[in-house]
Amino acid sequence: MNRRLIFGLSVAMGALMGFAAEAKTLRWSSPTDITTLDPYAHTESFTTSMLHHVFDPLVRRGRNLELEPALAVSWKTVKPDTWRFELRRDVKFHNGNPFTADDVVASINRLLDPGARARGNIATVTGAQKVDDYTVDIVTKGPYPLLLNDLAGVYIMDKEWMEANDALKPGNIATGVTTAASTQANGTGPFKVESYKPDAGTVFVVNPNWWDKPRHNLDRIEFKPIKSDATRVAALLSGELDLIAPAPLQDLQRIGSSSGFKVIEEPSLRLIMLSLNFRPELKAMPGQKNPILDLKVRQAMWHAIDFEAIKKRVMRDKSRNTGTLVAPPVPGYSKDNDGPFGYDPEKAKKLLAEAGYPSGFKTKLNCPNDRYINDEQICVAIASMWTKVGIQTELQTESRATYFPRQDRGEFDVSMVGWATLPPMDGFSVLASLLTEQKEGYGGSNASTYSNPQIEELTRKAAVELDEEKRRAMLVEALKIARDTVAYIPIHQQPVAWAVRDGVEVPQFPDEYVRLWFATVK
Amino acid sequence: MFKVLLTRLGQAALVMLVVSAVSFVMFRYVGDPVASMSRENASAEEKAELRRALGLDQPVVVQYGRFLQRTLSGDLGISYRNQRPVTQLIAERLPATLELVLVATILSLSLGIPLGVLCALKPNGAAARVVQALSLIGISTPTFVTGIVLILVFAVSLGWLPSFGRGEVVDLGWWSTGFLTLSGLKALILPGITLALYQLTLIMRLVRAEMIDVLSSDYIRFARARGLPKRYIHFRLALRNALMPVITVTGLQIGSLIAFAIVTETVFQWPGMGLLFIQAVSFVDIPVMAAYLLFVGLLFVLINTVVDILYAVVDPRLRARSA
Repeated sequence: MNRRLIFGLSVAMGALMGFAAEAKTLRWSSPTDITTLDPYAHTESFTTSMLHHVFDPLVRRGRNLELEPALAVSWKTVKPDTWRFELRRDVKFHNGNPFTADDVVASINRLLDPGARARGNIATVTGAQKVDDYTVDIVTKGPYPLLLNDLAGVYIMDKEWMEANDALKPGNIATGVTTAASTQANGTGPFKVESYKPDAGTVFVVNPNWWDKPRHNLDRIEFKPIKSDATRVAALLSGELDLIAPAPLQDLQRIGSSSGFKVIEEPSLRLIMLSLNFRPELKAMPGQKNPILDLKVRQAMWHAIDFEAIKKRVMRDKSRNTGTLVAPPVPGYSKDNDGPFGYDPEKAKKLLAEAGYPSGFKTKLNCPNDRYINDEQICVAIASMWTKVGIQTELQTESRATYFPRQDRGEFDVSMVGWATLPPMDGFSVLASLLTEQKEGYGGSNASTYSNPQIEELTRKAAVELDEEKRRAMLVEALKIARDTVAYIPIHQQPVAWAVRDGVEVPQFPDEYVRLWFATVK
Repeated sequence: MFKVLLTRLGQAALVMLVVSAVSFVMFRYVGDPVASMSRENASAEEKAELRRALGLDQPVVVQYGRFLQRTLSGDLGISYRNQRPVTQLIAERLPATLELVLVATILSLSLGIPLGVLCALKPNGAAARVVQALSLIGISTPTFVTGIVLILVFAVSLGWLPSFGRGEVVDLGWWSTGFLTLSGLKALILPGITLALYQLTLIMRLVRAEMIDVLSSDYIRFARARGLPKRYIHFRLALRNALMPVITVTGLQIGSLIAFAIVTETVFQWPGMGLLFIQAVSFVDIPVMAAYLLFVGLLFVLINTVVDILYAVVDPRLRARSA
């Protein structure tokens, strides 16, 4: 063989190998897997967060969760119910197709299809119209202040690809519809899907033609779901993984004290609270008037819980106690609402006596044991605290699979609820789902039938208020009424805890999304 | 003979009908799929509509009729979680589980039989006592503890073997195998041992008991009296006869290994049928759960039927009695 050729080949090989050694791979694991690659076929936030690596929305959440331009560069309201979006130019899908207004219209139509599982996420949008190749109008049912929040969860798909692959109709879990989009993804995002194997792993490779300037240094992401907590931690410690998210609370200390690994944590948006039964009678006391209807009793229940003890003993100091129903980064939060009600068992007993229950009353407390962090232990603690002041509490815990349907049917007296205000990330979600009566699409999760005419009115006003300052004031006011009337008893903000090996830098977000386009590895 | 076959098949069909009814009815009560499929913000109307779409608003008898009709036509439904046909999911997961079961069976036979023979030949020897004591631990330690301990020792501390997954697999048509790559073979070791442990102890103890029994029988004593070589007596005469029940038990155990690989697969994130089932339970994925139960029921019914028929073929006395 020609010497020159050999030399050239070996140089090329060397360059190739050098490149391979430089390739940065991030291997990470979580207990849940990606449900489907079709962004409109599901409503689950973990899958949504994974698919964000592949697809871009028109507007997205930035480093501090603020809304920022993504596939749209600017927007304005041309009429109260019509928003005009200017689209980014020179964006290409992973298969090379150009991104235009047609893709946005086709995507919105696909999501508005009666067969799309996720269409509730843009309940107020009625349609999208192309103005020109790079301008789109989105029309809503009347004025709607949260449109941008909603659009941050709508990933844009490629019209040509959908036509070519017969995927213009969305997939759906309920009707069993699957399309090419269920197992293949063609987006504009920072990574492309290389392979997708449920329960075994999904591989993403970097998209070198991403429109945005990468702030990560990854070439490849290997995602491997591991359901068992102990195995997931062991796999990190044995060097087979770079990141586990979430990391089990009981192992944080062990991981943190192992050399070469660190734990990162911060409070999540998810608030844990107790929902109280506002029906005429309690399940625990059939045939008698429901004591919980009396405000003094509800105040007594709040004063009787030692939240500091729960934080220290059950949550290992990782949670943040709260007095209101939304986390600080969420619109509607106000410091004035957040002050602690105060642990005061004597006052609780006094309030119970004033309400006419000097020897207390009977109630049931229902909790899941596999949904929120340490959910069962929290409820065990609360039950014993209540029993101490005379509220005889019968505790029942069960799996999320049976717990949530029962909660939906209103079978509980007192029960645990977690609320993260996702996907809109706005206090309005608490008003519309937890604090309003079940009608006209409101009160979806208010099975305990709490109702307050002032909150009903504020909710309907806030729904169409386009002036952000006024709107937030309404949210704050409604949440203050909820606190004053003890609509729910807030417990704490639960933490997000991840663990990484040294050399991996991943920013954490309180909405529990993993955004690896901000990640760097050494 | 034909009559025996027919009655056995009739019985098998009846058992399957009962299994299908039990699996169907039982899963009505494990939870509500609508709750786990809905958005957190879902309105009551949205949930009711989903319930209608799933056919969950119909009376139970109607739902069972539909279920049976579809099952008989080979349609086990669509998984709520994976959005794909259940039959396809099971076919995909079957290779992983079968390869694991194969490794576990080979391990337990190749270690269980020699150890059992050892314990039977020198029941009072030091080695036999150690093996006996260890087998007690093997039979009484829960599978997930064994699995986690193995992971901590061989993956975390020593770093020799992977702690989870199947490694690299090679696709041979519709069969994906881990036998052809180094990482695939490595990945098989820890879950294979974990799954084999119980069966290994069982086989060892069975071989030991049978061997001791056979060794005290008359023909062995005659053979000894005739001065035949020890090796010939122990392995050709005694072990052969002692192995008959072992083969039967191993056959039946393979069925339960497949069915109860659930724990091992969960600990090692082994993408087989057990993991599929566990994921289905936490998601209340009724079609997958029902199909899995049907599959396992069918497996046991098949194995038992085949064993019964083989017995009838081999042993004319059984044939005469039942016919």
